[in-house]
Amino acid sequence: SSWWSHVEMGPPDPILGVTEAFKRDTNSKKMNLGVGAYRDDNGKPYVLNCVRKAEAMIASKKMDKEYLPIAGLADFTRASAELALGENSEAFKSGRYVTVQGISGTGSLRIGANFLQRFFKSSRDVYLPKPSWGNHTPIFRDAGLQLQAYRYYDPKTCSLDFSGAMDDISKIPEKSIILLHACAHNPTGVDPRQEQWKELAAMVKKRNLLVYFDMAYQGFASGDINRDAWAVRYFIEQGINVILSQSYAKNMGLYGERAGAFTVICSDAEEAKRVESQLKILIRPMYSNPPLNGARIASIILNTPDLRKEWLVEVKGMANRIISMRTQLVSNLKKEGSSHSWQHITDQIGMFCFTGLKPEQVERLIKEFSIYMTKDGRISVAGVTSGNVGYLAHAIHQVTK
Amino acid sequence: AYRTDEGQPWVLPVVKKVEQMIANDNSLNHEYLPILGLPEFRANASRIALGDNSPAIKENRIGSVQSLGGTGALRIGAEFLRRWYNGNNNTATPVYISAPSWENHNSVFVDAGFKDIRTYHYWDAAKRGLDLQGLLDDMEKAPEFSIFILHACAHNPTGTDPTPDQWKQIAAVMKRRFLFPFFDSAYQGFASGSLDKDAWAVRYFVSEGFELFCAQSFSKNFGLYNERVGNLTVVGKDTDNVQRVLSQMEKIVRTTWSNPPSQGARIVATTLSSPQLFAEWYDNVKTMADRVLLMRSELRSRLESLGTPGTWSHITEQIGMFSFTGLNPKQVEYMIKEKHIYLMASGRINMCGLTTKNLDYVAKSIHEAVTKIH
Repeated sequence: SSWWSHVEMGPPDPILGVTEAFKRDTNSKKMNLGVGAYRDDNGKPYVLNCVRKAEAMIASKKMDKEYLPIAGLADFTRASAELALGENSEAFKSGRYVTVQGISGTGSLRIGANFLQRFFKSSRDVYLPKPSWGNHTPIFRDAGLQLQAYRYYDPKTCSLDFSGAMDDISKIPEKSIILLHACAHNPTGVDPRQEQWKELAAMVKKRNLLVYFDMAYQGFASGDINRDAWAVRYFIEQGINVILSQSYAKNMGLYGERAGAFTVICSDAEEAKRVESQLKILIRPMYSNPPLNGARIASIILNTPDLRKEWLVEVKGMANRIISMRTQLVSNLKKEGSSHSWQHITDQIGMFCFTGLKPEQVERLIKEFSIYMTKDGRISVAGVTSGNVGYLAHAIHQVTK
Repeated sequence: AYRTDEGQPWVLPVVKKVEQMIANDNSLNHEYLPILGLPEFRANASRIALGDNSPAIKENRIGSVQSLGGTGALRIGAEFLRRWYNGNNNTATPVYISAPSWENHNSVFVDAGFKDIRTYHYWDAAKRGLDLQGLLDDMEKAPEFSIFILHACAHNPTGTDPTPDQWKQIAAVMKRRFLFPFFDSAYQGFASGSLDKDAWAVRYFVSEGFELFCAQSFSKNFGLYNERVGNLTVVGKDTDNVQRVLSQMEKIVRTTWSNPPSQGARIVATTLSSPQLFAEWYDNVKTMADRVLLMRSELRSRLESLGTPGTWSHITEQIGMFSFTGLNPKQVEYMIKEKHIYLMASGRINMCGLTTKNLDYVAKSIHEAVTKIH
């Protein structure tokens, strides 16, 4: 007999299931709108030119493969903090922050979660927006924290339930942890406007909450890195010492290289040093030290003026293609004769769009049109191209008219 | 980390070659790997550990999880065991770690949630060798189902490994007492120069029918330290059990790092799946192992020529990167302060730090330390 007889089969990943079914489909018109990775207008993965250039520079330098420090590549972590906080940020210039390299967004979130479990004794509760990225819940749970929720998405309007959010947040017990998506909310694409962010900041300050920002799409959402980081920077300016997770998977297309960072804004540089020492103690028994390749590519891009300029253009290009697909989808739906309002498609931002489609409608899209998405009606706009947006509009109209 | 005879880091020639191949391949991109890692890497990595003719591979009862270095593999294995071994979430299962061991072993299992971490006798300071009887006694006394962390070869930090006969005795006790073998294999090939020899213990346990975990690191034997290339090999009773184990490990991976980094795994997979590149790699590994073995024999012969008090056979009997010299803390302090030779308070030296240029100086310094300080 086996030690593992009682081990249950883990449930299949819902998003993976979408891709698996898509692969099996033989329909030439099939579309995979579950994919969480950017695709170009030909539906192909896109390796940024600035990434290729950085890689060529790396190849020519013939560097060794010695272990990175536990906290990661210093040039990368510094540039990462500056990218998020802004070069004129008081917090950045005074050094009252610590940034450690993490394994892309997930790894950075997990470092933060483990840190909170160990050092944030005021509360075990993490408040997530409803809905949030599916992996947030198990990450915090595995770190030993508990999950709560605040209202966020309004399915009636396919936009932000701002009064519901403010109401719920006003009732969160003091010194709890609240997670906010910095931009391009996943999965809804619904972000607060700047005026709403200001009210949210005032509220979390009033409730004395610990703010955890998840920023996985800086630059990728609006095309402007400063605009996408506005909320993070505003909160810090308001005296809220946030903690922050960053990912370079989407905005630099570095998905499989796992480049990310975790930051804690501290009272002063001395506190930052103490926090850093504890983060290292957490990281060492997880994987000792982080992988170099992705961080080095990102670092070279961020720290080389020409490449940084090129990157900003390319990330704007990706964001613009997404925005353009949203616009085309809506205009095509109108052309199809749809009487519904599809404004939320262009109001929403980032890779994902909560269409508002119901499970039965999603089912029909899959079965009758070979258009694959998750049951909640979420589509990855990255999977839409000028070649298939017409077909998508037609299909959506068929199942909603 | 390994150093050349010039005291420099060494990027393996085969690694440079494969990296160039990867850089020149425009069909490659940076897309996410699957959660469990690059399939070609996983299969090849486990094959290296278990052997081409492994019955477990033939019977399709092995699984692999690409991990962030050996540490990552240990952590995933530890997290899984804490959730699913010996009941559900049984944090009380004793975990035994050798005395001494790599200091991070303790932290890995503590952070994975285990509450009862113990040591088992291993290093006999008096005779400068393995305390086999102490080890076996600890295993006899250990509660059933305890987890034992075993160094597959090149024990860190002592460099002292059980002989095949001693491994057989260990395996017999573990089988009888239902103890779980969790191997840490960080030096396969790097220790003796032979992949098969360095994997003998793991393969013996597999042939004895054990279900086991083996955390593999490719940091040293591929020199890929900072790319974080590791693999957790799972050997189970049958396919079905292994599939269920992997599905749960996938959930653990998903909340830890989602999916592993691709660069290092690609390098290893490309190398291991090409007979030509594999042969080059084997040669590179042997270069490293041979240099360390040479430094060992040269140091020992110098100490014996100098007539340094004590016996020095352990220098060549020990294997791998590290050697427990037997120097006491005061002698170590002398080495550091007076001779500017840096070693651990335990008397552990990194053999990779020795070069043909510094052998004489190191030998003389040890001689001084041993004769002057007691």
